[in-house]
Amino acid sequence: MLEAPLHIQRDRDALAEAPALRRALIGFAVAVLALFLFLPLATVFIEAFGKGAAGFVDALSDPETRSSIKLTLIVAAICVPINTALGVAAAWAVARFEFAGKSALVTLIDLPFSVSPVIAGLCCVLLFGARGLFGPQLASHGIEVIFAVPGIVLATLFVTFPFVARELIPLMQQQGSDDEQAALTLGASGWRMFLTVTLPNIKWGLLAGVLLCNARAMGEFGAVAVVSGHVRGATNTMPLQVEALYNDYDMVGAFAVAALLALLALVTLVVKTILEWRFAGELALRRRT
Amino acid sequence: MRIALLKPSPLPGFAPALGAALLWLGVLVLIPLAALVWRASGLGLSGLLSIASQPRVAAALKLSFGLSFLAAMLNVGLGGVVAWVLTRYEFPGRRLLDAAVDLPFALPTAVAGVALTAVYAPNGWIGGPLDALGLKVAFTPLGIFVALVFIGLPFMVRSVEPVLAEVEPETEEASATLGASRLRTIFQVVLPPLAPAFLTGFALALARAVGEYGSVVFISGNIPFVSEIAPLLIVVRLEEFDEAGATAVATIMLALSFALLLIINLVQARVRRRTGHA
Repeated sequence: MLEAPLHIQRDRDALAEAPALRRALIGFAVAVLALFLFLPLATVFIEAFGKGAAGFVDALSDPETRSSIKLTLIVAAICVPINTALGVAAAWAVARFEFAGKSALVTLIDLPFSVSPVIAGLCCVLLFGARGLFGPQLASHGIEVIFAVPGIVLATLFVTFPFVARELIPLMQQQGSDDEQAALTLGASGWRMFLTVTLPNIKWGLLAGVLLCNARAMGEFGAVAVVSGHVRGATNTMPLQVEALYNDYDMVGAFAVAALLALLALVTLVVKTILEWRFAGELALRRRT
Repeated sequence: MRIALLKPSPLPGFAPALGAALLWLGVLVLIPLAALVWRASGLGLSGLLSIASQPRVAAALKLSFGLSFLAAMLNVGLGGVVAWVLTRYEFPGRRLLDAAVDLPFALPTAVAGVALTAVYAPNGWIGGPLDALGLKVAFTPLGIFVALVFIGLPFMVRSVEPVLAEVEPETEEASATLGASRLRTIFQVVLPPLAPAFLTGFALALARAVGEYGSVVFISGNIPFVSEIAPLLIVVRLEEFDEAGATAVATIMLALSFALLLIINLVQARVRRRTGHA
């Protein structure tokens, strides 16, 4: 084959890595991700089906496991809508207005991400525990927070607080407010503008934020472990049930629950990835995590 | 007063939106953290320091921060190569791999914990062969390190990827035209502007690793003085109903992490000034 003339041929050595190096780098990256990410994920499903599909179904029909699934769904059903609504409110204030202390507010919104989940749980105990600030008064009214469902909800609210706002703020800043101002000029009320202009504009970003918030709400371990009290069949969420069964050496049971959670993570990732591919323009281009 | 604090805007809803956000932030995040600071202040600085210097506490803090630092360092290399490969090369399965990088974000930490333990245990897929070579991973500090690298990797890749994608090919061509080798181009032209992104990724991975609990407790073995991380020590103290001890460890952890993040931010500001990249 004829070589291209020198001035057309790209100088491969100077502008790109040699093919061998390129292949080596790709191979290395693939190996890292395979060993680090795919192998553990595959293990979860293989262990879950260690005693076949029947064993898997059996493990999931255990009453305590059932109750943990129910509790996880309840906690997510409480936390996700609350933090979604508040996340949209925070994003609206931050992305649409210039006010004093805005950057401080953004930092504070992100704060739960830099606080260990265990410390989040500890804070709840210090407030509502038997010897906490408000614990004794609440207990005298018969209200239990710590070692009960309210504490789990509270800890979950803390750790899932930033997700929606974080997803929406860069997106809304990028979109600007021209559409909304046009709607107002045309006579729309504030709510009408929000429902017919803002919401459709942010819907995919909002969905991504809600999914991530939900995945964390259902999967949170550290914060919930501190406040739940680990009462089987009562205050064990799914991740705590994984731990309980694992400590019982019930591997099929533990990994069956883990497989459900892993499935949730996979669905979350797949939907988020599809959203990113299809609606790249409508989502903040890349999350600046 | 109002005019000075808020730039006028034709858009409605500022007060209720900000009010709701602030109220929620206060109730949910600030009051609980204030409770921690309040309990810690009850101990006093000397009380905090005496708890921090207890051998078991000091060992846990050293282990947590040391391993988190090392894991974030390794992730600079691993994450850098992965980000480079994902942005620069086209190969089958690239988009799948790119999506999979987020797995440690999405996977519940307890699931990651039991899965990593199964893989790296002496009878696991990776732990088995390593065990035959005399290297124990699970139930040793090395296992903690593996878990911390696992959860830190996406922070590094996602911080570096977008900046790497924006590097103008012209700068590389100019460098090549001027006679630089590919290696020199990479190290002197491509990588320097990426320093702030690497630092961001480093800070995020470090902060996450220091506080990480779920993916570590299963693989760590949890032996005091050897493989007991600081967050676990908080849990242990709480189980002993020693709230003061738990509060002290938590406060020291938070103070150290914020100090580290502050230092990283200062370094970053310097790097940005020097390289002239925002």
